[in-house]
Amino acid sequence: MKKYGLTLLIFVVLHVQEVCGNTIEVCQTCPLKSIKEGIALASDYDTLLVKKGTYKEFNIIIDKPLTLKGENYPVIDGEKKGEIIRITSDGVTVDGLFLINVGVSYTTDYAALRVVKSENFVIQNLVLEKLFFGIYLEKSNNGKVYHNKIIGDAKDEYNSGNGIQLWYSHNVSVDRNIVQGTRDGIYLEFSDNVTINNNSSTNNLRYGLHFMFSNHDVYTNNIFENNGAGVAVMFSKHIKMLDNTFRKNWGTAAYGILLKEINDGEISGNIFEENTVGINIEGSNRITYSNNDFIQNGWAVKVLGACYANEFKNNNFLNNSFDISYNSKLNDNVFDKNYWSDYTGYDLDKDGIGDVPYRPVKLFSYIVNRTPETIVLLRSLFMDIIDFSEKVSPVFTPDKLLDANPRMKRTQ
Amino acid sequence: MLKILKYSFYDLVRSRWSYAYFLFYLGLGFVLLFLNNDVSKAIITLMNVIIVLVPLIGTIFGIMYYYNSKEFTELLLAQPIKRSSIFLGQYLGVAGSLTLSLVFGLGIPFLLYGLLRSDAIFDFSLLLVTGAFLTFIFTALSFNMGLSNENKIKGFGYAVLLWLFLAVIYDGLFLMSLIVFEEYPLDTFSIVATTLNPIDLSRILILLKLDISALLGYTGAVFKTFFGTQQGFFISIFMLILWTVLPIWRLIVKSKKKDF
Amino acid sequence: MIQIENLYKKFGKNEVLKNLNLSIGAGGIIAILGPNGSGKTTLIKSILGMVVPNKGTIAISGVSIKNQWKYRREIEYLPQIANFPGNLKVKELIRMIKDLRERPSEEEVLISLFGLKPFLDKRLSTLSGGTKQKVNIVLTFMFDSPLIILDEPTTGLDPAALIRLKKLIQNEKEKGKTILVTSHIMQFVEEVADEIVYLLEGNIYFKGSIHDLKLKTDQTDVERAIATLTTANA
Repeated sequence: MKKYGLTLLIFVVLHVQEVCGNTIEVCQTCPLKSIKEGIALASDYDTLLVKKGTYKEFNIIIDKPLTLKGENYPVIDGEKKGEIIRITSDGVTVDGLFLINVGVSYTTDYAALRVVKSENFVIQNLVLEKLFFGIYLEKSNNGKVYHNKIIGDAKDEYNSGNGIQLWYSHNVSVDRNIVQGTRDGIYLEFSDNVTINNNSSTNNLRYGLHFMFSNHDVYTNNIFENNGAGVAVMFSKHIKMLDNTFRKNWGTAAYGILLKEINDGEISGNIFEENTVGINIEGSNRITYSNNDFIQNGWAVKVLGACYANEFKNNNFLNNSFDISYNSKLNDNVFDKNYWSDYTGYDLDKDGIGDVPYRPVKLFSYIVNRTPETIVLLRSLFMDIIDFSEKVSPVFTPDKLLDANPRMKRTQ
Repeated sequence: MLKILKYSFYDLVRSRWSYAYFLFYLGLGFVLLFLNNDVSKAIITLMNVIIVLVPLIGTIFGIMYYYNSKEFTELLLAQPIKRSSIFLGQYLGVAGSLTLSLVFGLGIPFLLYGLLRSDAIFDFSLLLVTGAFLTFIFTALSFNMGLSNENKIKGFGYAVLLWLFLAVIYDGLFLMSLIVFEEYPLDTFSIVATTLNPIDLSRILILLKLDISALLGYTGAVFKTFFGTQQGFFISIFMLILWTVLPIWRLIVKSKKKDF
Repeated sequence: MIQIENLYKKFGKNEVLKNLNLSIGAGGIIAILGPNGSGKTTLIKSILGMVVPNKGTIAISGVSIKNQWKYRREIEYLPQIANFPGNLKVKELIRMIKDLRERPSEEEVLISLFGLKPFLDKRLSTLSGGTKQKVNIVLTFMFDSPLIILDEPTTGLDPAALIRLKKLIQNEKEKGKTILVTSHIMQFVEEVADEIVYLLEGNIYFKGSIHDLKLKTDQTDVERAIATLTTANA
């Protein structure tokens, strides 16, 4: 039996060597029973076809340009011993695997799949469960992370990892992934020109999406829901955030988007619904906010610290507890042609633009900033009276902060 | 008691004030829904109406009815009827007819609008339940004021003053104390202070649905358990029931001791 | 029928009844008299349970009335000032009282006796004082109860109605009922009363028959006798 197997193996190996890009099968009844053996035997550009079954392996290193393809989602069980797959070669494709039981360590960031200093990789159709870190790209450019499903069960921040992490990785496309129950759903650090489209990042412990020091990135059409703190974009430039949905990020430090030290970005066509804070802006300049819908958030936009030359145009502010909150009296931002559901002015010339400017900052939001407990007085008659008097003659709120052309109807 | 309730109720249902009240809510409901077409906004406006107007109308109606039915009361007192039945019957007649005006006045336009198929049905029912509670509470409070004051003008004045206090002044004092003592942990205080005023209590109950995202923005642990879990809802409902029961209880006790 | 012991009642600082003791037997017409503010109405209202005494007990047929209400089934009361809910019609008021008491009644006879038929569909607020008092009388006499309390029954009545009222009272007396009556019309008292209870400053100053009263005051008519009682103490 063993002898027979060996001859077959030799045959396969010879066969592979003869034709470039051959297929090698791995399965429980095949001559090749483990993926590691398969990789060891495979030549460049071969396809390693892993059949259905459970493979208890970890620290699988793909060090040549291979296609590792699963058939009917074979399970690779790392048994919590460490990293499962590491790619160290350019041109690797990993497709259709079920990776489970990544090791948890406080010193090493074990990932289900790690790409190290490699280019032109494709990681697709993976399912990841019981993980520490999910897909970890380290100094790896020009790749694609497509249609993966990452389901974590993170409970505490200190012993959980991120779903998809990019570190010094440029020109990567992250598309159509589902990430939930991890620490940060998608995390980018020092990664430029990344496009993040059509992903769903929900129920993560900290951020659904987290940018640090990453520039010229675009994210479009993603859904971020019920994450511990929403989406954080920090210390980055030229980020475009388009047509995303941010929903139900509830909590004391929960935001649709947290912008910190962001310059020259564009935030457009997004929906912010039922977040504690829709957008929290700190030290961010020259950003255009247009055509966004802010629906029933606690604070639609909260501006902290110095933020200059931002423009809010053609947005819809619908039934938020507070539309805009400022913690200073200074204002260098422009609000124009937005629709505010709280607007009570009139439009005599029927041009669709209210004839009286709208002041989006209420005195009450100023009071709540100062004494947060006063939030229990939200919508009380006394507060309405006070807000009205402040509206008539602003004392505490920036008097130049107004939308001179408030729309009468919401922009579609 | 049921007989007294029946007579008071019929008496009120026939009076034009009940109709005026009913038509007001009917009109309000239609205007909000059909001129505006935004259920969420309509509910916010309605909340403002309910926490301000419903108590006021309950107060004024209650005190007016109490004094106007003085003759009726005296007639009944010589009849073989329990005293508490006389007052409870009248009270329930007023509060019940007001509540019906509110529920039908607002309910009809919302039903026509197709609310049953919308998600807002729960928010809306909560509004109506809160409105009903406030009607019962403030009618009971005004009956108490009536029982304690023989003088019509005085009783009326005190009742309206009580409304003004609970609707506006209380919140002003509340806000001032929060700002004055802002260095201290205040979340327990602010929750307790809220529950001590039925108007604030109702407001919080509705806010738990409408503005939960804002309420969760505050860090205090007491707030978090109150607003973040079902606890807040149940405590509020419990306190509202207490707020209804206490004035009714005093109404019964007081009526037993009063001379006519 | 009625036992009253050590009854005290204060309204604020004003002591209206001071340690009043009174026992009234069954049957007969008892007039409760006294100057203004002597506590007649307070006494009656105490018996009815409308005024809660500070001290003392009132028992009717041997049962204390404190915190009770069922005993009022045995009492008919004609209040001094006929205050009725103004927006009710006479008919509705009668129907309502019948509904509340759930007793057989004979209002038809009384209505025709006092000629109230044309007023049945009128609202009470539109009636004259005398007509209101007639309605009041109908409401009081239409049930059959052993104790009848009449507070100033003659107010506003025309002579014809007054005669009918007196007759009505006599009829009831003949049925063996106890009737308490207060009045300022001494002629009326003299005609109907078997016994007189004279209240002064919250206490019983005199109790006895008209004959006793005349003897005691050495006067020949009741009006003068009463006046003597009052001035003797003033």
